[in-house]
Amino acid sequence: MNRHRTQRIGYAFLALVTLAVVAPILVVVGIIIARGFGAISWEFISAMPYDGMKEGGIFPAIVGTLLLTLGTALAAIPVGIGGTIYLAEYARDTWLTRCIRLAIVNLAGIPSIVYGLFGLGMFVLFMRMGTSILAGSLTLAIMTLPVIISTGEEALRAVPTEFRTVSASLGGTRWQGIRHVILPQALPGMITGIILGLLRAAGETAPILFTVAAFFLPRLPSSPFDQTMALPYHLYVISTQVPGMPQSIQYGTALVLLALVLSMNLVATVIRSYFRRRRQW
Amino acid sequence: MVEPKIRIENVSYSYDGKRIMNDVTLDIEANAITVFFGPAGGGKTTLLRLLNRLNDLVEGTQMTGRILLDGEDIYTPGTHVPNLRRRVGMVFALPLPLPGSIRENVLYGPQLAGTRDSRRLDEIIQRSLTQAALWDEVKDRLDSPAVALSGGQQQRLCIARSLALEPEVLLLDEPTSGLDPISTKKVEESLFELKEQYTVIIVPHSVQQAARVADHAAFFLMGELVEYRSGNEIFTTPRDKRTEDYVTGRFG
Repeated sequence: MNRHRTQRIGYAFLALVTLAVVAPILVVVGIIIARGFGAISWEFISAMPYDGMKEGGIFPAIVGTLLLTLGTALAAIPVGIGGTIYLAEYARDTWLTRCIRLAIVNLAGIPSIVYGLFGLGMFVLFMRMGTSILAGSLTLAIMTLPVIISTGEEALRAVPTEFRTVSASLGGTRWQGIRHVILPQALPGMITGIILGLLRAAGETAPILFTVAAFFLPRLPSSPFDQTMALPYHLYVISTQVPGMPQSIQYGTALVLLALVLSMNLVATVIRSYFRRRRQW
Repeated sequence: MVEPKIRIENVSYSYDGKRIMNDVTLDIEANAITVFFGPAGGGKTTLLRLLNRLNDLVEGTQMTGRILLDGEDIYTPGTHVPNLRRRVGMVFALPLPLPGSIRENVLYGPQLAGTRDSRRLDEIIQRSLTQAALWDEVKDRLDSPAVALSGGQQQRLCIARSLALEPEVLLLDEPTSGLDPISTKKVEESLFELKEQYTVIIVPHSVQQAARVADHAAFFLMGELVEYRSGNEIFTTPRDKRTEDYVTGRFG
């Protein structure tokens, strides 16, 4: 066969595969927008729900998801970055660090409902936090850590060793080299891991099921020890637990969750490209 | 001979159980250019990296013997290694600018060492870039990215970066291996000026370069120090047959 034709067939195949990946996303987003857009109104995103959640808005669920994501970020980012730096830059290759790495890889594969049960046993009951934003955030943070750490380690290892040597040769301590030379170069990659982890946390239902989520709570939480509604759980509730729920509210809620997650993604991408530009090469 | 700047005593070194340097002893004179030369794998770079403890960063190595800087053993427990590396600076074969501007590159060492005064920092920039024969080419764009410089300029920037710390000893590991002849000439010329002030140890990238710059020269072969004499003698009338074969180009 003529090689130009082979190439054209190859391209066509790749285009088809790409389409097969992109099409479902477009269809899902399209359906959600088409069916949910009618429900969106100022009242829908700013009012409390009432009349068995069939009327009013989803404001407490939006606030709850934002608070949970914030709490997850506060808990997961410092621990995640610290653990990443330790594993990639300080830890020597011993059986202990190998066990830690193995544990992290395995943690990434654990079903989210298991994290939910762990959170219930550990934070809610054993540490007596009760079902609270604190317990839910910590549960989500633990679920997020493996993603943050494994992508972060990749990013740090991608920075050539020679930079560490150069920094050391100029009288830099190991930490100074990491702080001034290695981290700035690895940061965009590390932020990618943080974004992925936090977005997954924002959309999870199972880990918050037993640890924080309220079925119906038409007021805002006043402290980290309060329960709260949250968008993914609210969506689950109104889709399966409440008979006679208008479909537009279900899709409207899904649309708000989607928009929230995508806009957080956008903000994070802007932050990342800022760091990437600052790197200057 | 006056007190040597560096005294290397019976140094042996192995990596992963494989011996790569065997019982090397030599003294290095202050304010002179000493050359370590010989075929690849002879242990020149390894010895260079032992002199400022850069090999500490490598795992699975073992060293015996002593290395004295001004009479003090640099491998004594409790040695402040960052300070040692400020006294014994190093320039690598491949120029590797740190991310950031020319200014940031030159000032990296002094700032980590705690120099804050901006007048002092400006002096350091001008002095070290001038010593590295780069000042005239970059004085108007100190804040542009260092990677935008040509290869030869980058290497002189790396020299300037080391000189910014005013080290007592400057180690250069094939500093001109990636450079064109003109840049090489500039670097070599700056070496002659540097030895007034510093003790220079260089692994040259060719025998010709070794002969051009050496006050003293040490010939290394497979981890052994074969011959160590003044530059004039070793390149014109080598004593050891192996040295002679190498400098006359019969092998290597």
